Order: sequence, then C-alpha cells, then structure tokens
Amino acid sequence: MIPKTEEQELFAPGHRACPGCGEAIATRWILKATGTNVIVVSPTGCLETFTSPYMFSPWRVPWIHPLFENGAAVASGIEAALRYKGRSDIRVVVIGGDGATFDIGMGALSGMFERGHPVPYICYDNEAYMNTGIQRCSSTPLLASTTTQPSGRRSWGKDRPKKNMPAIAMAHDIDYVATASVSYPKDLYNKVKKGLTMEGPSYIQVHTPCCTGWGFPPEKTVEIGRLAVNTGLAPLFEMEGGELTSVHKIEKKAPVDEYLMAQGRFKHLFQSEEGRKEVAKVQRVAELNIERLGLL
Amino acid sequence: MKKMEILEGSMAVTLAVKACKPGVISAYPISPNTHIVGALAKMVADGELDSQYVLSDSEFSAASIVYGASAAGVRSYTASSSQGLLLMTEVIYNAAGTRLPMVLTGTNRSISAPISIQVDHQDTLSLRDSGLIQFYVESAQEAYDMHIQAFRIAEDPDILLPVMICMDGWVLTHSYEPVELINQKAIDTFLPPYRPRHYLDPEHPLTFGSYAEDNVMMELKYMIQAAMDRAKGKIGDISSDFHRITGHAGAGLIETYGPEKADIILVGMGSLVGTMREAVDTMRADGISVGLIKVCCYRPFPGEAILGCCRNAEAVAVLDRGSSMGSEGPLSLDVKAALCNLERPHIFSFITGLGGREITTETIQKITEETMEAVKSRRILRGSQWVDLNRSIL
Ligand SMILES: Cc1ncc(C[n+]2csc(CCOP(=O)(O)OP(=O)(O)O)c2C)c(N)n1
Ligand code: SF4
Ligand SMILES: [Mg+2]
Repeated sequence: MIPKTEEQELFAPGHRACPGCGEAIATRWILKATGTNVIVVSPTGCLETFTSPYMFSPWRVPWIHPLFENGAAVASGIEAALRYKGRSDIRVVVIGGDGATFDIGMGALSGMFERGHPVPYICYDNEAYMNTGIQRCSSTPLLASTTTQPSGRRSWGKDRPKKNMPAIAMAHDIDYVATASVSYPKDLYNKVKKGLTMEGPSYIQVHTPCCTGWGFPPEKTVEIGRLAVNTGLAPLFEMEGGELTSVHKIEKKAPVDEYLMAQGRFKHLFQSEEGRKEVAKVQRVAELNIERLGLL
Repeated sequence: MKKMEILEGSMAVTLAVKACKPGVISAYPISPNTHIVGALAKMVADGELDSQYVLSDSEFSAASIVYGASAAGVRSYTASSSQGLLLMTEVIYNAAGTRLPMVLTGTNRSISAPISIQVDHQDTLSLRDSGLIQFYVESAQEAYDMHIQAFRIAEDPDILLPVMICMDGWVLTHSYEPVELINQKAIDTFLPPYRPRHYLDPEHPLTFGSYAEDNVMMELKYMIQAAMDRAKGKIGDISSDFHRITGHAGAGLIETYGPEKADIILVGMGSLVGTMREAVDTMRADGISVGLIKVCCYRPFPGEAILGCCRNAEAVAVLDRGSSMGSEGPLSLDVKAALCNLERPHIFSFITGLGGREITTETIQKITEETMEAVKSRRILRGSQWVDLNRSIL
C-alpha cells in the first residue's frame, strides 16, 4: 500500500526546485517507498542544491551530500558502518543525477556494485548536467542541444546515442536493475520497494523530465515523461539475474517527432529539411528499443 | 607490564590501529602503505580484528568510504601515500568541512612526475591547507604512540577534524625498530568507544553537507580555523592523559634538542630529525652553538612555540623535504611567518632529500656552515637553497 500523502511525507515542500521539476516529484515518491528507516546520500547536482541551503532542509530522513563523484563510495562506507553496528535494518539509498552516475561517479559506482553492498542506487536521469547550466552528459540523448554541445551550423547537438547505463549495471551481475519514469509513480514506487528487498546492490534509473533544461512548460512534466515512454525512447523494464523480467508495454505508440517537437532542446531539428531528416535517426533508436525489449 | 618487540614500522602502526578498534577500514594499495593495509586485512581475515574492511576501487573511494562511515558515527581509518593522497584530496577537504573525524596514515613518498616510490614530504605537505591535522613522526615508537592519540584528537568534540600521521616511506615503514607496546586495557581507558553527538541516524534525521551561501560561508570556514587553534591546547591535554595512562611520552607540538640558547637553530620534520640530532652532537663537540627544533605537529602550526625557542638565536635554518613550486619550502614559510617582524633571527630555507636522496650528517653540517657564513657576512639568502644539486644535469 502506498502511504497517503498526509500519512507520510518525508520530502517536505518549500524547497527551491524549479516549479515542475521532475526529479523533485520523483524524490518525493522514492521516499514514500523507503519510509523513515533509511539514510539517503545525494551527490552534487540540482537535487542537492535545491534541497540544502544551510539551515533549511526538506529531508525528513537523515541525508548527506558529500561530493559530485563519490555518492556510491560514501553509501558503501555508511552501509559498512551500519553492518559494524549491527543495524542492517537501516537501509542506505543513493539518489543521484545522471552526471554523477553515468560520468564522473562511474568508477565509485562500479566499485560499490562489485563489492555487493546492499544499496539501491537510484539515478534520476534528466539527461544533462542541469545544475551547472544544461551541459552535455553521456546520458544526453542523440541530437539534443546542450550548452556544451549546442546545435549550430555544423552541429545537430549530441552526436552520440545515450549511454546504456542499465546494461553496464547489469554487467556487474547485480541483483536488480530497473528503469522507471516519474510519470508512472506507482511503478517507480514499486521498483524502489523491490530494490530495497534485494540482498545485494540494485540500480534504478528514473527518467525525470527537466522543464528548464529541456525547454517545455512546467505543467507538462508528466506529459513529456509519458510521451518519452510511449515513443520507446524511455523504455521501462526490470532485469533480475541478468534476465529481462518485466517490461511496461507501450499503451499507444507515439512517433518521436511528437516528443521532440514539444521540447526546446530539439527545436533545431524542425527548422530545416535536413533537420527533419536527422529525426529519422532518433526514430531508429526508439525502434531498436521497442524491438530489443518487446515494448509493443 | 611493559612489552618490547622488534617490529617493522608498518607493523607498529597496524598494531596501534588494531588496538583502537576502528569499525570501518578502507584502503587502496600504494607503496609504501602496502604492509599496513595488508596486515590489517590479514587481522580481519583471521578474526583478530572486528572491523568492516572495505576494499575500495581507488583512493578516492577509500577516503569516501571512511568519510561515509564517520558520518554514520563509526570510528574509521585509512592509509595512503603520494598519488593516492592527491587522489584523496577532495575528500579530505570535504571531511574537514563536514567536521567528520577520521585517521589516516600518510606514508610519505614523492609526487609524480617524475615517478618514484622514494620518500619526501611533497605528498602530505600538499594537504596543508585542507583542515587536516598533521603530525610527523621520527620513529616506529612515535608512529605507534601517535596513531593511538590521533583517534582521540580527531574525535574530540572540540576538534572533529581528520588527523594524519605522516611517516617517512621505507625509512620508517619498512625498517625494524624496538617498539614498546601498550596493553589493551590502558588503550581502552585512554580511548573509549566513539560516541559522536551528530551522525546519520533515522531516529534523529539530520542534514549533512549543506549548500552555504555567502551569509554563512565565512563563519563555517572560520570554525575550522578555530577548531585548529583549539586543537593546539587540546593536543597538550590529550598528550598528558596519554602519558598518565600509558606511561608513554605523549604528543607534542614541537620537541627541542641541544642547548636552550643556541646561536643556530635547525628545524626539520620526520625521520630526518634523527640524522639532525647526530649532526648537532658532532657540531657541538666542535664548539658550535647549535640546537634543533623538531616540528611534530605541522597543522595546526605551532608558531608560538617556535617563536618561544628562537627569540635569542642568530639564525634559523629550516630543512624542507618538499617545495611550494614558485615560492619556497612550505615549512620555511611557516617558520618565517611565526618569526616575522623580529629583527633576529634570520631565517634560511633549505630544500633537501627529495625522492629519497640521502641526507647525511655531513649534509646537515654543510647547511649549518652555510647558515653561519651567511650570518657572519650579513648576507640574506632569499628563497630556498636547493642542497647539493648536481649541476651537470640541469
Ligand atoms: C568534481 C566536480 N566537478 C564538477 C562539479 C560541478 N558540477 C556540480 S553539479 C554538476 C552537474 C550535475 O549533473 P547531474 O548529476 O546530472 O545532476 P543534475 O544537476 O542534472 O540534477 C556539475 C558539473 C563539481 N561540483 N565537482
Ligand atoms: S534545472 Fe531541471 S532538474 Fe534542476 S531544479 Fe530545475 S527543473 Fe529540476
Ligand atoms: Mg542531470
């Protein structure tokens, strides 16, 4: 049973996220799943910045922000300390951005997976370094324009596809890998719950649209997230023991154009014939996901 | 009952750490810390030490792991050296800023490039501004005693900072010396279990690692400086306690050797001080008025104590095993700051013993002679003198 808002709100209102921020909504749901007996580690990023101006905090659970690239290592140390104290009833959870996860914190994360700490590592994926002003990350999708890989006369934006982080996590033979979306909160809740039941590490990647960085109106966050799922660009699935164990079937397949056109980061693709041709590449990414994961 | 053993320096450290019962140990191998981290791992494997030993994927992670453990309220320990310490740097600043105590052993080794595994102090000196308390030891016995005191210092509620014991690689880590061990009961009396007031605890949820705006940044940084200042007095108290309970000499900020009112005072840190003592004896037998100051505690820097010992000297010669490139020897800068605005003594800076280059009693005699000569001819030597450079390869 998902606790009702009034019953258990562990992520208090009043923080400084942009209105409509996907990761703020996701964090609220994640904490509903963890309950109070948890310690949360958040590496540097938007979530850390908007929740921790000194002397204020929306975190009603113990929370620590160490550095940008060491969330998984700090969580490992906390988990080891709890084991030493005989307090394995308390769970440690990381909630970190895609930059902290896909790029700079990858070594520490790989170490945590390999050592087998029973820590759910939750990556909120807004597909760029947002905190520093929308810079390219290896999680940034193909053809998105960012401030460090902008579109221009000689550029369509990101020239490489999104890094397949769930596959990298799975290659560590960890217990549980899942993707979720803030637009499907019950599914997100259940996946976090499941991660918490694992004896070893788990990896949960949550697609969290960012209105400021992606360029869409703040009231559209949930809609954009759903569209991403329905195009096949943000597939929702679970893997256990190396096997695909569940997929969220696409309810009504949407062409990628619909998703791309709704966002400022892709608008350059719709300003010329050549740009429109580029869109086909993104459609191929979606088709590949649909085929590989059986999303239809 | 006193127990004397012939021990490798690394084993002396290992036994001290074991006796302090850290809940979490994490480390990454780098020469010359390997004997310490290997011996601790074996103790855990043999069930002699009840710690969680977390094998890290890098020094950056090792430091982060002990940082996390400390935040969860558990005593924690790591050891590193050289490149490893540089890789830990960001975490060490962060631990000091978050006021999370931990103990590190810095087995001194030079910094690449050029790569070398031999001793100098460039690695630990480069952490001087981080909020890390640093002690330099001269012998295996001191390494043993200082590690036990380090936990008390780090965890003192008036301090709450990381503490590093710096010991010269190979010279101290890999040579055998007689070490008098302390019985476990005395250590337990001196160092009770760690019970922090603030830690990550679901029953009392706290937020650690906040974002500071300019309205609080100065104050939070000042509090680190104030803790460092308080530590000078606290180290004295803890040292007296250590002596009372164990009978062993406690930590000092500085140690002096030779006449109280020497004309020339030599200043150094680490194993080099042993050679300096010998040189002082030889020179005094020749009628030279020379003494020495061993800087035991480098951060917080004991400027007042040094000032107290140097007021009547003609000259002070500082020996550094590292350089602040573009400036001079870091230790000499601190000594100069401590003695500034005095007409005398003149302070001379010498850089020596980099990358394991041997420092003999002759080297020290030469440094002393050069200092005396400069004083006599009223020459002021600016910057640092790099001792015995082989000019043919410059
Ligand atoms: C070592 C280091 N490099 C760079 C930064 C600057 N920095 C802070 S947050 C951030 C981006 C965070 O991106 P992500 O993890 O995706 O989180 P988001 O802000 O998008 O939520 C960067 C580059 C830093 N704090 N530390
Ligand atoms: S920039 Fe994006 S991720 Fe950051 S707070 Fe605003 S909406 Fe959220
Ligand atoms: Mg991001």
